[in-house]
Amino acid sequence: MSSPHNENARHYWKANLRLMIILLSIWFFCSFCLGIIFAEPLNAFRLGGYKLGFWFAQQGSIYIFVALIFVYARMMAKLDREHGVEEEE
Amino acid sequence: MDLQTLTYIVVGLSFSLYIGIAIWARAGSTKEFYVAGGGVHPVANGMATAADWMSAASFISMAGLIAFMGYGGSVFLMGWTGGFVLMALLLAPYLRKYGKFTVPEFIGDRYYSKSARVVAVICLIVVSLTYVIGQMKGVGVTFSRFLQVDYDTGLIIGMVIVFFYAVLGGMKGITYTQIAQYCVLILAYTVPAIFISLNLTGNPIPQMGLGSTISGTDTFLLDRLDQVVTDLGFAEYSTSTRISSLNMFAYTMSLMIGTAGLPHVIIRFFTVPKVKDARTSAGWALVFIAILYTTAPAVAGMARLNLIDTIHPPGAEQSLAYDERPQWFKNWEQTGLLQFEDKDGNGRITYSSDAEINEMVKVDQDIMVLANPEIAKLPNWIIALVAAGGLAAALSTAAGLLLAISSAISHDLLKGIFRPGISEKGELRASRIAMAGAIAGAGYLGFNPPDFAAGTVAIAFGLAASSIFPALMMGIFNKRVNKEGAIAGMVAGLTVTLLYVFQHKGIMFIASTAFLGDMEPNWFLGIEPNAFGAIGAVVNFAVAFTVSRLTAEPPEHIQHLVEDIRVPVGAGDAQDH
Repeated sequence: MSSPHNENARHYWKANLRLMIILLSIWFFCSFCLGIIFAEPLNAFRLGGYKLGFWFAQQGSIYIFVALIFVYARMMAKLDREHGVEEEE
Repeated sequence: MDLQTLTYIVVGLSFSLYIGIAIWARAGSTKEFYVAGGGVHPVANGMATAADWMSAASFISMAGLIAFMGYGGSVFLMGWTGGFVLMALLLAPYLRKYGKFTVPEFIGDRYYSKSARVVAVICLIVVSLTYVIGQMKGVGVTFSRFLQVDYDTGLIIGMVIVFFYAVLGGMKGITYTQIAQYCVLILAYTVPAIFISLNLTGNPIPQMGLGSTISGTDTFLLDRLDQVVTDLGFAEYSTSTRISSLNMFAYTMSLMIGTAGLPHVIIRFFTVPKVKDARTSAGWALVFIAILYTTAPAVAGMARLNLIDTIHPPGAEQSLAYDERPQWFKNWEQTGLLQFEDKDGNGRITYSSDAEINEMVKVDQDIMVLANPEIAKLPNWIIALVAAGGLAAALSTAAGLLLAISSAISHDLLKGIFRPGISEKGELRASRIAMAGAIAGAGYLGFNPPDFAAGTVAIAFGLAASSIFPALMMGIFNKRVNKEGAIAGMVAGLTVTLLYVFQHKGIMFIASTAFLGDMEPNWFLGIEPNAFGAIGAVVNFAVAFTVSRLTAEPPEHIQHLVEDIRVPVGAGDAQDH
């Protein structure tokens, strides 16, 4: 393997890891922090009839999970193209 | 038309559809059998994954659990959906790039070791088999209840049907039947929820109904629910935690990691044409799953409210007289899952958290989803549809699990290790025999359920979390982890989790052999055995890293292999060796 090729793969992998860490932080924050650890103080706030902590635990976190995966798929597709590592059509 | 006839018609129609699809999509090659020829569209694959993933536990049990636990039930909602984020970001695209048929095959190649592959096969079989027993039991119970046959007959009918389409069709047949099953189960789940939400709140969207006010009043539904449960002495619905926040944290984490490590779900991502598709397919799977999972809290809350309002009608002076109990009450009394005992002898039903005066001596959580449409007085065709939905959920998951088991035996053990020279035809035959054997084994255990339904589900997730997931993740993200580390990690994670479960629940779940009682003061940091998979996973990671540091680096070709799976370019179809 030539060295510019390796360099490119290394950049691609770094960018991938950065994206992953950001998205997984959101994943952790909305479920474990908002839904469990801080649920009690959050329950002082309301979203319609829902207490906010309860809403994050039973509704909100699930919507955010769905969004996270699609954001990841889209950003990765972009990253693939930028680094020229996307699959052949 | 009466409920019985309607149930026969609806269930019969849905089943002829599944079998028709299985025959039409019969697999002819090992590739079609294992990964559906690798040509399934990501949206279709997402839908099939959703049906594969949502079992009788999701469909029948989950809302019932939440109904009685309130906020504490959130661990199932977050745990069983959040795992897909881990799978999409950490595993699916890379395993698809690697492009093999099974999970143990990846582990065996990445850790350049047949022993690692065998350990992975053992983990996979234990996880899948324990899980499939629960499904067969669900099939048996649902059939016996709605077709009014005894439990054993119900189970046999279920086994024959699973055998038909799983054995004939392989992954190709399963994928297309699962799409049909998803449609049936999601209709069966949402239609009653929509009607109930409309009745209670006037809002047809259950997710919004739960946050709305009750029709004709300006009280929010959840506030009223909190009110009525605390009036009866139960913990407040929207704030009652499950044991402690730390326990909920561990439980959720365990279910999430377990979800991402379940082999029958992972292999679904080998069936899409490209790496890019594996990413979006996980997203679509979660969309289809989220439809059910965001409806479940509404089903749960509304069922609890309807149940209490039936027994203690709002505004009435006295509670419901036993002689005036509705038909659904009588039906479920017959099954023994609902029991009344007139303790004060006044002929009226008292429901309370105080065991001394509570006369609803048994309300089985598992009946809530099935009984819900009856409690809400919905028409018979909806009740029939719910029966078909429950069966679709149980059968689709059973089929997916059986495929994972049969491919581990025929592909990993037979072709990979014992008889590498086997022909494709021979392998296909072996996998069908393995599958038939697995159905018979699961059916046998279903006839004599070892009486640990909840324990088995917990251990299936705990094992997947503590053994398979860490090995896969480190295989992709860390080049330094070698065969010694991976094997030691898997064995350590598995052992720790098993021992913890056994010491509290009994060796092999025989309660009398538990040397530490299953109660809170005995739990490590107050974490219940069901939630211990998260700790097992941590142990796995720690042991694998330490052992890898102390032993030789993996050979150079393995480092290249890891570099190669990290980039999508050059992914071919899923390949046999």
